[in-house]
Amino acid sequence: MALIKVENLAISFKIKGKDIPAVKNISFEIEHGETLAIVGESGSGKSVTALSILQLLPYPLASHPTGSIHVDGFNVIGADDATMHKIRGNKISMIFQEPMTSLNPLHTIEKQINETLLIHKGMNKKQAANRVRELLDLVGLEATEDRLNAFPHQLSGGQRQRVMIAMALANEPDLLIADEPTTALDVTIQAQILELLKELQERLGMAILLITHDLGIVRRMAKTVCVMTDGVVVEQAPTEELFTSPKHDYTKMLLEAEPKGLPYRKEINAAEIIRGDNLKVYFPIKKGLLKRTVDYVRAVDDISVSVKAGHTVGIVGESGSGKSTLGLALLRLLKSEGEIAYCGKSIQNKSWNELRPLRSDIQIVFQDPYSSLSPRLSVGQIVEEGLLVHQGNGDREERRALISKTLEEVGIDGNAQDRYPHEFSGGQRQRISIARALILKPKFIVLDEPTSALDMSVQAQIVDLLRDLQSKYDLAYLFISHDLKVVRAMADTVLVMKNGKIVEQGPAEQIFDTPQTTYTKALMKAAFDLATL
Amino acid sequence: MQLSPINQRRLENFKANRRGYWSMILFLGLFVISLFAEVVANDKPLLISHKGELYTPFLVTYPETAFGGDFETEADYRDPFVAELIEESGGWTIWPIIRYSYTTINYDLKSPAPSSPDLENWLGTDDQGRDVLARVIYGYRISVAFGLILTILSSIIGVSAGAVQGYFGGATDLIFQRLLEIWGGMPSLYILIILAAMIEPTFTILLGLLLLFSWPSLVGVVRAEFLRSRNFDYVRAARALGVRDRVIIFKHLLPNSMVSALTFLPFVLTGSIVSLTSLDFLGLGLPPGSPSLGELLAQGKANLQAPWLGITAFMVLSVMLTLAFFMQEGIRDAFDPRKTFK
Repeated sequence: MALIKVENLAISFKIKGKDIPAVKNISFEIEHGETLAIVGESGSGKSVTALSILQLLPYPLASHPTGSIHVDGFNVIGADDATMHKIRGNKISMIFQEPMTSLNPLHTIEKQINETLLIHKGMNKKQAANRVRELLDLVGLEATEDRLNAFPHQLSGGQRQRVMIAMALANEPDLLIADEPTTALDVTIQAQILELLKELQERLGMAILLITHDLGIVRRMAKTVCVMTDGVVVEQAPTEELFTSPKHDYTKMLLEAEPKGLPYRKEINAAEIIRGDNLKVYFPIKKGLLKRTVDYVRAVDDISVSVKAGHTVGIVGESGSGKSTLGLALLRLLKSEGEIAYCGKSIQNKSWNELRPLRSDIQIVFQDPYSSLSPRLSVGQIVEEGLLVHQGNGDREERRALISKTLEEVGIDGNAQDRYPHEFSGGQRQRISIARALILKPKFIVLDEPTSALDMSVQAQIVDLLRDLQSKYDLAYLFISHDLKVVRAMADTVLVMKNGKIVEQGPAEQIFDTPQTTYTKALMKAAFDLATL
Repeated sequence: MQLSPINQRRLENFKANRRGYWSMILFLGLFVISLFAEVVANDKPLLISHKGELYTPFLVTYPETAFGGDFETEADYRDPFVAELIEESGGWTIWPIIRYSYTTINYDLKSPAPSSPDLENWLGTDDQGRDVLARVIYGYRISVAFGLILTILSSIIGVSAGAVQGYFGGATDLIFQRLLEIWGGMPSLYILIILAAMIEPTFTILLGLLLLFSWPSLVGVVRAEFLRSRNFDYVRAARALGVRDRVIIFKHLLPNSMVSALTFLPFVLTGSIVSLTSLDFLGLGLPPGSPSLGELLAQGKANLQAPWLGITAFMVLSVMLTLAFFMQEGIRDAFDPRKTFK
């Protein structure tokens, strides 16, 4: 008998008195010890499906018009709270995407884990303490006294995710639901966590329901795959079959959506647009009553970088390596030491006012398309801003025409300029950010993780757009990303950063094909094979 | 005037909130009517025809001799003698709906003042024989005007102070915050009472005095909003575009902190009206004889046998404050782009 059997399941949400279907008639089964992956883009209904198995949706706002969910032959739909308590955490546990917000910041690690033990297993304090040590050992965390008494903020992202897994495993569940378990983590940590999950599955014989948007993870982890879009499972097949011979158009689209292609080729002897020599950005660490500076965080430590017209320099590294700081320092948005030259002229010592005319030539696009657009300004006002600074007020009609032309260039309807940013999807918002940078016809753009917050298929579109714009206007890019696949599709030269220093640099092919240092090798293996070195 | 599409949308959002919309119509409607209080309640006629000539006594001062009387002083149109003079010449008179101004004393009361409501004085008279309805109409005008002006002035000062503190932060913020704490620690009511006792209070002086203590209420919210949003990516993007500090403050930060400032405005407005009323109630407010709701409340307290005084003042105040509150609640919601309406 299958562990989980979902038949004809539909989920609706009541919004303003109307039932809005979120998931329509899906069916799947999970056997003991196997892994099923649900793949889909944001809003496809995959997380809702997972939550419905645990009956964790906001009932009665959510409802199941049809279908059944059998856990070990028992239909959980409509089951009372007492019954569900026995299933949740005991038979089925769940790990979430964001390990910071899923842990209670006020409880120590020990308390987080032994809570389930005390509630579900009825263990006494001593037994629970022993079990917590066992569990931490299982997920590869050393159970020292310090670690047990640590609070979530004292752990790194990967360690927090391990604690989450330890909590989920506390009662030896038959099924582990992993909802985007590695999305918030760095690539090398992601590889470690995936390896850990696989190993635990083999050792404990539990089934995993993996929810993800990353096909690479699916291929590595799952036995069977369900592809979901708009609340419907469009294709369900064994993993190998799905990857080698996809049947549905949407699956094909997803498989092809990986950022592909090569950077646009241009003349080698292009003029240098911007260069930074021996850049240093130090943040002081202040301690004591008098706030004396005791040490510095060396966010960017003696780094030189140069970008030529029409070329892209990719900056690669894990979070906290100082990539974004370097970008901001180059634009003089952060104070730095060292020399910065734009088109051969030093700009390091220019005042803010002297720098203003130059600002139209050097631009930036940020990672999060939600926080980088002011929610109170219309799209037109956002894109228009640079024009107002650099070209005065001028003719309103002309300006509107230029805005709508620029918007169309990045693939947004020009008539949309009177709408607010929140009416647009993430990908569209990122296009608006690009339009804002583009309208001044800059020569150099810092792209700070422009694709990281977007769905896979949208990422590919944005990469294509950026490449088209580069070849059209001969733009110089500084492309900051932790996503090596995207960097490979964009960059001519790559800098690998770690802890504020350059670990390795060189032409893109050389870095990707024959990395020299161990760190770069580990990074490549984690990114492309999802494996640790 | 053509509204920009965004403002049109805000207007639509505002109209969709029916409670706020109707409150605004009532509140402003009543205010507009009270602005023309001289036409609604006055002891001088609007128009007089006398010997083929037209007179507008509510605008122009005519001596009694103009109508064939004896005195060089202004004609008392409520005097039966003057009315008779006009009548005899074949003329006619158009009176306002209420034939009393806020200072007019009705000497023909059937019972001693304060007299109860009747057909002549719809809401009765106060303890000096003045018509309560007339005084309420004039009092509403003063209260609302005072409240609105004080709110506008204190939000300008408060928002600017909060914006400067939040945007520049650091030492500026630190010094301002300490000053505000000292300022906030002062016993404002006693200072007002002492100052009001020293200076003869007028409308403007009272406005200034209350302004001294009402502006800090907005500083905190605006400062917090600025501190939060000055590190947002869209502010960074604006800095990368070379936008000036002043423009960033006005265009990016201010609109985004407006909702929290607007959230506080109803309290500032109602608070302003209430503090004027309470000063009047204590007899420290507007000069004696001014039509004020606070003074009416005080009379109600002094004349418990005449409940129409207290009840009238209470009803007017509560309706006014409630309408003002609903109105601004609607405005606040209309400016919030994330709020969706049915």
